Amino acid sequence: MSIFNQRKDVEEIEAVTDQRNLVTTKPSSQWKLTLRRFRGRKSGMIGLTIVTLLILMAVFAPILAPYEPNEVLIGKEDVGPRDPPCVHAFGCSEETPQHVMGTDGNVRDEFSRIIYGARVSLTLGFFTVTIALLVGSAFGAIAGFTGGWIDNVIMRVMDVVLGFPSLLLAIAIVAVLGPGLRNALIAIAIVTMPGYARVMRAQVLSIKESDYVAASEALGASSTQLLVRRVIPNALTPLVVLATLGVATAILEAAGLSFLGLGAQPPLAEWGSMLASERNQLFTSPFLVFFPGIAIMITVLGFNLMGDGLRDALDPTLNR
Amino acid sequence: MLGFITRRTMLAIPVLLGIIVVVFFLIRAIPGDPCTSMLGERATAEACERFDAANGLNDPIWVQLGIYMKNVITFNLGESVRFSRPVTQLLIERLPLTIELAFSALTIAVVVGVPMGIIAARKHNTAIDSATMAFANIGVSMPVFWLGLMLAYVFALVLKGTPFALPPSGRLTAGVFSVPYYEVWGWNLEEEGFWFSVNEFISNFYIFNTLITAQWAVFWDAIRHMILPAIALATIPLAIIARITRSSLLEVMSKDYIRTARAKGASETRVVRHHALRNALLPVVTIIGLSLGGLLGGAVLTETVFGLAGVGTALFDAITGRDYAVVQGFTVIIAGGYVLVNLLVDLSYGYLDPRIRVK
Repeated sequence: MSIFNQRKDVEEIEAVTDQRNLVTTKPSSQWKLTLRRFRGRKSGMIGLTIVTLLILMAVFAPILAPYEPNEVLIGKEDVGPRDPPCVHAFGCSEETPQHVMGTDGNVRDEFSRIIYGARVSLTLGFFTVTIALLVGSAFGAIAGFTGGWIDNVIMRVMDVVLGFPSLLLAIAIVAVLGPGLRNALIAIAIVTMPGYARVMRAQVLSIKESDYVAASEALGASSTQLLVRRVIPNALTPLVVLATLGVATAILEAAGLSFLGLGAQPPLAEWGSMLASERNQLFTSPFLVFFPGIAIMITVLGFNLMGDGLRDALDPTLNR
Repeated sequence: MLGFITRRTMLAIPVLLGIIVVVFFLIRAIPGDPCTSMLGERATAEACERFDAANGLNDPIWVQLGIYMKNVITFNLGESVRFSRPVTQLLIERLPLTIELAFSALTIAVVVGVPMGIIAARKHNTAIDSATMAFANIGVSMPVFWLGLMLAYVFALVLKGTPFALPPSGRLTAGVFSVPYYEVWGWNLEEEGFWFSVNEFISNFYIFNTLITAQWAVFWDAIRHMILPAIALATIPLAIIARITRSSLLEVMSKDYIRTARAKGASETRVVRHHALRNALLPVVTIIGLSLGGLLGGAVLTETVFGLAGVGTALFDAITGRDYAVVQGFTVIIAGGYVLVNLLVDLSYGYLDPRIRVK
């Protein structure tokens, strides 16, 4: 048995050396490998599919939505406020106009508003994370690279931000800036910033000590060059994962702020505020609470799954 | 160990001071002044002057900060301009509800989440594992307020008339009262002072108060009102705890000492219970501590949905109504509690894992 195994090993080694000599394939880049591993993760692929569909939904909203999101249908159709969902295929009478998710309190088509809502949530998630990522990781990189008192000051400030429950701090910041979608975005970016700063700092601290940075330094590279050309590009991997998961958190927190009346303001079709404006009708028209919530959940789920898949793909040592 | 405790405690102090300062300035940056917010848009200049003078708002900002710092340290949190009552009194009334809610939610999250994670790890790569992870993924993606509303709809309307019906709002049914234990036991307490406040605070934990005084009908009523908010609030930490327990246990089970234990002939149950779990639960302890911040934030939303007069709703009203003293007092207490819990988590971590102490 063991002899057989040894034989096989030898054959394998020979095969590998053969390949090396022939140089038939280019070595796979890290991103190619990651992509291949990512494809093998079922949940990650589900996440990617959800996110892709949502992006398509947001882009093609005007084509997909049967009505304008803010179109009031009084006098245009025979519908009233908070009419329950009517789908012709499911036995709803042909004479009633079709509203897949019913109409809201202002007699607008709920389905169209849900579709347009994807635009708001995705844009918001994207911009929040971009701001938090850029500013947070810049702080983290500076802190980790310079060290000393600058490092101490930056990280203690980040600790203070982390010392607050994030939603409470976001509420306070929005109260200062005034309610509205843009300010909610800034508030969430501020409260999520420390996460990026910490990860970036940890990365920079370890990369700073590596041989290739020392080599660059020996060749006369300035600190800025070292940081921008050598350290930061190599530190980005875990931040990609954090950012993907961050989109999910941002969308969830923004929906919470809108629910409290501090985020998106009516009549903007935003899921959190749509849900909030109909919550008192929960017992009579539960569908107006149900659909926006489901929309939020699916979106957040999509980014969470995609982030998990990315993490697994980027770090194959994790056995999850 | 003592050195570790001191070091870690010292680190928490600047954070706490930073929080107090940040809150102080953040509140003063809120546009609009408290006078017009309290006395109305048509308040005269004289009335506003008197109001500002009475509340010390004319002093230089550094003096205000100094006075505030001194007051916080001596637990004098000022007076709410909105309710014309001391902030401490508001805390005595509202904090117990929020603590009770957060604690119930955390209990559900741990009691359900940890076994769920263990089962998923033990049945790795089976349908049970996938189902648990799917549940966990959906759990972390659900908006708390939406889940709360849906639970209220199902348990208060759909199941109305069945034994499973649960109340969708409030802390007790109208007309039901939790009689404080000091009245039940006929203690002679003066209606003033620190000692009375402490007793009042403790008796406002309705579940605890009715339990020790055997007011069973009220106890049951309080529990029934707590179930839905607690479940809504527990979902996210539950899902996170289940995931962390699973991945941590999976990692530990591949360690050499587990193989050694198996090689020595230990039964699988013994291997899991005595060798794996203890080590696997370390990260879970951290997560439990970290969840607390989320729980407090989630409490604002949960309390809003379930019409509960807790710290979360009070704080929200105070922020939007520019009630300086309340916002400062409540935020400092919440953030202080959060820092304290994280400190305890770090300390317990040092206790559980000796390697950390040395660093």
